[in-house]
Amino acid sequence: MIAALLAATPALPLDDAGPYVAAAYLVFLALILIYVAIMASKLVRIARELGELTEIVDRRDRDELEAGAEEAVPR
Amino acid sequence: MFSRGLKPLSIASVVLVVGAFALVFFYAPNDADQGFIQKIFYLHVPLAIVALCGFVAGGVWGIRYLRDGDRAHDLRSYVAIHLALIFGVATLVTGSIWAKASWGHWWLWDEPTLVSFLIVFLLYACYTPLRFSIEDPEKQARTASVFAITAGAFVPLNFLAVRMAESLAHPRVLSETGGSMPGDMRLTFIVALAGIAVLFVTLCKYELTSKQASMQLRALKRRLADDEDAAWTPTRRSAAPQQL
Repeated sequence: MIAALLAATPALPLDDAGPYVAAAYLVFLALILIYVAIMASKLVRIARELGELTEIVDRRDRDELEAGAEEAVPR
Repeated sequence: MFSRGLKPLSIASVVLVVGAFALVFFYAPNDADQGFIQKIFYLHVPLAIVALCGFVAGGVWGIRYLRDGDRAHDLRSYVAIHLALIFGVATLVTGSIWAKASWGHWWLWDEPTLVSFLIVFLLYACYTPLRFSIEDPEKQARTASVFAITAGAFVPLNFLAVRMAESLAHPRVLSETGGSMPGDMRLTFIVALAGIAVLFVTLCKYELTSKQASMQLRALKRRLADDEDAAWTPTRRSAAPQQL
């Protein structure tokens, strides 16, 4: 398939124009990748905050359970 | 609210952008005048058009915020302008590379198209610092909306002024003759434009969804902290809207 694609390709010039075209498309790719990386760091922060919230809820459930158990003990 | 349709949009972005790049390198012929370097056109021009449309969209959301007072519109306006700025950077860099290869200069200060785009870009570069400088969220949203509307109105005016000015080196693409593009070049250009436009919308939706998730988490954290009667950390100052 790659051979067929390359056969259909207009001869890719290896002269002066090639590096400039490659640079322009790479700049675009780099910007998109940087953006995705920033979005990923935000996702990590959201996951961390979600973990903190889960911890708060777990702690609260544990406290309620302990308080319920203490009330149930006969004096 | 913002995440609806994100999956099909993401798939459409990948298909269109990959399809456009495939057309650029395997279908569109080399330009008779510029040769292979003209391939930058299929990236540079759609980026510029979408960036300018993003700036105008920011202004339209600004109008909607001022009319309804709905914070979601302010968030949409902020995200549209933020992404249009990123696309603007890509436009300037790809344009400079093309200029260097074609004209032998990275930048031409006497070319109206280049300078006018730079002016619009620099105008919008003030948007984020402006937002950051205002602490009160209500005032921040209102001022940012007024800025987005005023600057958004400047974009088409600027476009018209550039069309009327005499171009020295920069070609006119969107002319009545369609830039005299042959059919295969025009098809490639349209697919590339659609790809970049859908990519812009998809990235907007990603950012909106991410910001909404952050806001909801923060609100939940605050509620839980209040319930526990514990001190919660106040939200840090930010240029982005902090609540819906």
